[in-house]
Amino acid sequence: MSTQHTIVEAHPIAIRLRNVTKTFGRGESAVAALRGIDIDIPAGELTMLVGPSGCGKTTLISILAGLLARDGGELRVFGQDLATLKRDRLARWRRDNVGFIFQQFNLVPQLTVAENVSVPLVLQGESVASAVRRANELLETLGLEGRGKSAPLNLSGGQQQRVAIARALIHDPRLLVCDEPTSALDAELGRRVMELIRGRSTSPDRAVVVVTHDDRIFHLADSIAHLDDGRIDQLHRVPRDTPARAAH
Amino acid sequence: MFRFAIKMLFGDSAKFYGILLGLGFASLLIAQQASIFVGLISRTFAFIGEVGHVDLWVFDPTQSYVDEPKPLRTTALDRVRGVTGVEWAAPLYKGLLVATLPDGSRQVCDVLGIDDDTLAGGPVEIVSGSLADLRLPDAVMAEVGSSQQRLKFPAELPPGAVPAPGQKFDPLGPKRAVEIGDIIELNERRARVVGLVKCAETFVPAPTLYTVYSRAITFAPPSRRVMSAVLVKAAPDVTPATLAQRIRDETGLAALTPSEYSERTLGYWLRETGIPINFGIAIALGFFVGVAIAGQMFYNFTLDNLRYFGAFKAMGASTRTLLGMVALQALVAGVLGLGLGLGAVSVFGLNASGGKLAFKMLWQIPLIAAAAVLIICVFASVISMWKVIRLDPADVFKGA
Ligand SMILES: Nc1ncnc2c1ncn2[C@@H]1O[C@H](COP(=O)(O)OP(=O)(O)OP(=O)(O)O)[C@@H](O)[C@H]1O
Ligand SMILES: [Mg+2]
Repeated sequence: MSTQHTIVEAHPIAIRLRNVTKTFGRGESAVAALRGIDIDIPAGELTMLVGPSGCGKTTLISILAGLLARDGGELRVFGQDLATLKRDRLARWRRDNVGFIFQQFNLVPQLTVAENVSVPLVLQGESVASAVRRANELLETLGLEGRGKSAPLNLSGGQQQRVAIARALIHDPRLLVCDEPTSALDAELGRRVMELIRGRSTSPDRAVVVVTHDDRIFHLADSIAHLDDGRIDQLHRVPRDTPARAAH
Repeated sequence: MFRFAIKMLFGDSAKFYGILLGLGFASLLIAQQASIFVGLISRTFAFIGEVGHVDLWVFDPTQSYVDEPKPLRTTALDRVRGVTGVEWAAPLYKGLLVATLPDGSRQVCDVLGIDDDTLAGGPVEIVSGSLADLRLPDAVMAEVGSSQQRLKFPAELPPGAVPAPGQKFDPLGPKRAVEIGDIIELNERRARVVGLVKCAETFVPAPTLYTVYSRAITFAPPSRRVMSAVLVKAAPDVTPATLAQRIRDETGLAALTPSEYSERTLGYWLRETGIPINFGIAIALGFFVGVAIAGQMFYNFTLDNLRYFGAFKAMGASTRTLLGMVALQALVAGVLGLGLGLGAVSVFGLNASGGKLAFKMLWQIPLIAAAAVLIICVFASVISMWKVIRLDPADVFKGA
């Protein structure tokens, strides 16, 4: 049924999916969101998931990130089969291994920018004081120096997205998943945000998966998987010598 | 994360103050109404507690509360004195009589006649004068210093002065409080104020006049039954309970210890009047207002924050951590709301003390209010927690 896509001349495999399926609901109203996904996502690369609305992109990254359980097939993320983890263990696994960037930034308005960024560290048990200090350091490298004490709502959309990125990166996760990270941003900001994200993918024990509709950023990917109706129908490697890639 | 939970609560100031006001209002209503209820209801038997050094009250067996006028024959006193184990027994008169003041105005008074010899059952606090002066001709002692003090004299009439024949007073003119030497008329008999006393506020809002028993019954309308009760002191070798049984057996009269008599009186008012139902309704209202306002605001607060809880869940917060956050938010709101409400009640109580309004905050009342607030908070946080538990972390990728 499914075609297997293997990537040539790629880095070691970070995430391996074999015939992964997911169906929502049952009976008459059942929706087969994923109909057998086979893909190897290499470490040290940025992989984009593209495809028409409703094709299963969000479902797929939710499964990769341990937010959603698959119905069938095999999945290993950095060698770990997520299906074997109980709910609390899985939460801890996400806490320690995954960074999330949502389309809605989901920054808590009552907390300061730095506090928002510090949440993953605080969840890992670090004290608020030291987590906030580290958050401020990271914000500085993202061009948000001095904004740590601001309320998120006082920031522009692009700044808020950078805060959300800081929150996704602060605990140095091995897997970074992003669902439409640039859709709320204009072209220039979207490009800058993607470059930030892309900068994360070069280290060999990391992987970045980005869901997007935004063709202006395709050139930043190492490979692009095209989904249609719950299957990957094309897997495209972006040539290494594109100007953007070379400039990086 | 708990620090963040508190910041989330305080940071949403509109909802936070709403929750606080709801809980504060609920605890205010509950504690204040309960205190007024206790204050009011304890006035019904306050007089019993005021008569000190008495082991037993002996009264008509059909009498159900202390103010009920069911007097005994005078012979009952001797029958009680005849029971072995009675150290002493003293008659007591208690009745409402109309006093006429020098300006012609009339005032219902609660007249108490205490034993001529022992003066047992006298007032607890004498403001001026001496109890022994009650033995002087026409002597009475009048209540002052309470909201029930109503014996007002024309300001132009000096204490002790008798109005000149034909002297008229403006009924709306300035007044002064009763003083030693003032003359009043009780049932066409002269009474002279020889002392001022303080009394507990009682359920019948009439000023109290103390006098001796033999004079009280001359003030009262003539009847063969005038003695309201017999006050009994038990001999050292007999317990009040045993003696009470003996008195009941030998005289056919009711005999109760002061606390039993208080309970009987209290029971009457609770059973026979709408007072408990009324206050019960007010208290229940406070509770439901609390649930409706604070509970539902808290729930809305959680709903507003659900997407952030969802994000935390996605980022690996355990369900336990999230529930702890919700519980802490509810607890903090509850404690602050309760403090606000009880603080307001205390201010109210301080202002009300000594006034007409009965207000008595037993130590149980803040606990009851706290329990009510706790129930409201538990209720609110449990339905909120349910939402958080059901929260699918995968929903964070869904657009909102
Ligand atoms: N929780 C759910 N319950 C029922 N059906 C769902 C659920 N989540 C997704 N689906 C369905 O599964 C299919 C794939 O959804 P998914 O959100 O993965 O698509 P997508 O590719 O991310 O679309 P878009 O580009 O619009 O975000 C859709 O038909 C969707 O309606
Ligand atoms: Mg989607």
